[in-house]
Amino acid sequence: MQRKTKVRNFHQAKWDEPVIYELSSKGERGILFPEIEKEIKEIVGNGISKLPKNMIRKQPPNLPELSQMQVLKHYLRISQQTLGADLNVDIGQGTCTMKYSPKINEQFATSPKFTELHPSQDESTVQGILEIIYKLDLFLREISGLDKFTFQPGGGSQAIFAMVSIIHAYHEANGESEKRDEIISTMFSHPSDAAAPNVKGYRVINIYPNEDGLPDVEALKTAVSDRTAGLLITNPEDTGIFNPKIKEFTRIVHEVGGVCGYDQANANGILGITRAKEADFDFCFFNLHKTFSSPHGCGGPASGALGVSKEFIQFLPVPLVEYDETKYYLNYNIPRSIGKVRAFFGVVPAILKAYSWIMSLGKDGLKEVSEIAVLNNNYLLKKILEIRGASAPYAKGRHRIEQVRYSWDELYKETGVTTEDITCRMADFGFHMWSSHHPFIVPQPFTLEPTESYSKAELDEYIAGLKKVVEEAYEKPDFVKSAPHRSVVHKINHDPLDDPARWAITWRSYLKKSKK
Amino acid sequence: MKKIGLIVNPIAGMGGKVGLKGTDGLAILEEAIKLGAEQISPQRTIKTLERLVFLKNEIELITYPGEMGETVARQCGFDPKVIGSIVKGNTTADDTQQASRDLCKLEIDLLLFAGGDGTARDIYNAIGDDVVVLGIPTGVKMHSAVYACNPFRAGDLTVSYIQGRVKELKEAEVMDIDEEAFRTGIISAKLYGYLKIPYEKQHVQGLKASSLADEHYSQEALAQEIIENMDEDYFYIIGPGTTTRTIMENIELEYTLLGVDLIYRKQLIEKDLNEKKLLEHIKEKKAKLIVTPIGGQGFLLGRGNQQLSPAVIRNVGKNNIIVVATKQKINSLSGQPLLVDTGDNELDSLLCGYVRVVTGYRENIVYRIAV
Repeated sequence: MQRKTKVRNFHQAKWDEPVIYELSSKGERGILFPEIEKEIKEIVGNGISKLPKNMIRKQPPNLPELSQMQVLKHYLRISQQTLGADLNVDIGQGTCTMKYSPKINEQFATSPKFTELHPSQDESTVQGILEIIYKLDLFLREISGLDKFTFQPGGGSQAIFAMVSIIHAYHEANGESEKRDEIISTMFSHPSDAAAPNVKGYRVINIYPNEDGLPDVEALKTAVSDRTAGLLITNPEDTGIFNPKIKEFTRIVHEVGGVCGYDQANANGILGITRAKEADFDFCFFNLHKTFSSPHGCGGPASGALGVSKEFIQFLPVPLVEYDETKYYLNYNIPRSIGKVRAFFGVVPAILKAYSWIMSLGKDGLKEVSEIAVLNNNYLLKKILEIRGASAPYAKGRHRIEQVRYSWDELYKETGVTTEDITCRMADFGFHMWSSHHPFIVPQPFTLEPTESYSKAELDEYIAGLKKVVEEAYEKPDFVKSAPHRSVVHKINHDPLDDPARWAITWRSYLKKSKK
Repeated sequence: MKKIGLIVNPIAGMGGKVGLKGTDGLAILEEAIKLGAEQISPQRTIKTLERLVFLKNEIELITYPGEMGETVARQCGFDPKVIGSIVKGNTTADDTQQASRDLCKLEIDLLLFAGGDGTARDIYNAIGDDVVVLGIPTGVKMHSAVYACNPFRAGDLTVSYIQGRVKELKEAEVMDIDEEAFRTGIISAKLYGYLKIPYEKQHVQGLKASSLADEHYSQEALAQEIIENMDEDYFYIIGPGTTTRTIMENIELEYTLLGVDLIYRKQLIEKDLNEKKLLEHIKEKKAKLIVTPIGGQGFLLGRGNQQLSPAVIRNVGKNNIIVVATKQKINSLSGQPLLVDTGDNELDSLLCGYVRVVTGYRENIVYRIAV
């Protein structure tokens, strides 16, 4: 169908849907079970009475009581109030790498062949899934050039934390862990590259970008010393600019005895093009839920696949999945292991989906993913720069890799309309733009990352949305500032988030905090 | 009903476009007008007022007559309460001071003022930090940190503050340079004190993280980092500012907010030292210097801390300068480098380049110093 590029006449549902607990009505049930036959009752009792005493709850759990139809309606209504990746042109969530997750991979993951596996099963009975884990390890070794991967971390930040633990274990093994108490990162690396070492007790030294948006070699030289434990860095950074001197960075850090970790949570623009090994990194990690298409799942379950070079395999978490030419097995014999960072083997459904995605694409396909992602991004860059009031700070006139951190500063200065206002107004047209552009060095920032999944027609639709909102910003700024007008919620008041007394993440904690 | 006071310095900024570096004093104003300068302050104030006019039934706007506020307020649709009197077309610094005092007496919730460093200074001299203020940036010299980053923002921040969404206050520097000396090429800046401004936490909309800690918390964290790492063998020279004050408060020492203090082994040696006394104390001793840049403009040395002369800095040595600044303060520089202007060109270029800045507890950044 030929569709002229214009914004949609969209209007989101608004249901004022209560929390499911508030819909509960005592005694209401989804299923009424038939009475238990006498013969069965004689064997199993009332269903609970034969359980060991210590396993029987003293009080039944406080669950909402609803009929099937009420439950269905509740979740359908809530689903109508989202702007998820399968619903909108989700390119406004830069750094997150929102791509299409093929549904066949969901079918694999929901197949009983997979869902009926138990992590405590004997190795000999789970050779299939161990093979998948092992082979994904082999794929990622090829993609990164490193020597062994673990899938235990449940996400990127946990992978970073595991890297920091390995850095610590490494210096401890050399008797230097007390002296080496500093870790270096950059402002445009992911904020977790600074946060994780901070939690571990390290002093973190963040390098500010120069006029070109890149960390300077001279700045790094100011940061390194005999106290340097390591470097944690993203490349390309969240600006979409690739640091061409990255090998000099790893050299300088190695020279003072530090270790280098590469945050490749998002590697979507460089698959098959550049590798951690060639830049002399000791570690790297990939978020399977970003580059490798396993869905984000609203904050999990996810996987931060952590790889290391030979020298550091001895520190990896246990168990490692290995192959001895006849069978796959779990290796717990890792003498200097940092221990476990998560139960069992990690989020195995994410591993399965990433494996399947890679198998369906192959070597050439993976490279093509990156090429299209970069092409899409640079098409978008050109189009965005044609929009009044938008700019792309740093690296003027140059291409970017897979994303760009743009700025509405000019628009803001001319109209008073902020990034947040535009974000709210875009929701009126069914577009999601998200609001995390940390560390907010770029004024009025917005970050777009089109990935390889979106067609030119969809990119054009998104651009048309932005153009429309910008037009409005110049003509009737108050209308944009009071947006959204056709969405589920109006402005969000963030104040309660700073006050623990006013928020709760479970119904139980809500009851406790509100003393109901 | 909330009360907002409004003071417009109508001539602020007029010296700028005609290259006069400021508009302090009658003679300069006349010269500016002769050179074709036009009033810009009222126009910029309108941009601010337009942002809050939708609240006009919920706030009482109190201002001085004519060009000192009444005119622009009416133009924007307000029906302001007008107090005081002026000589039309001939307002001076005295009028600003009188207006500040009159408004202060009426127990206003916020004093909005349009002007530059001279205006901020007049207000500070008249009422100190008795009232919460917010500057609409319209002057030529704006070294102080009391302004919103633009007139729109001043309006939006006022709305947030009046609606109770911004509760936190921040002490912001009032700086001014001697215009006459400046015109002859000599820069002599002074830190006059601090005014209280509403402080909106930045970037609270982030869904991945809760909002940044408030500035006071950041200062506390930073002070802990400094104190934990203090070396018993060194004298510590503590430069002026609220960031360095927190260090002194945490070791429970007396201090001067605007002066330079000296400590050794966490004991106060002397408060408020001048260059000569500093040199006497640290001569042939090991000393470190703790300094913080001025918010919004980034001057590290040579503005507001001239006691830290080239001789003092050379005595201490480049490697013993500890730069401290909260992340909020660094953010306020919008990527502009830290600046030094010690009056000794050779020393200035020696200080240029990258420096570590302590920004929090076990948190440093590497940032650039330039002249």
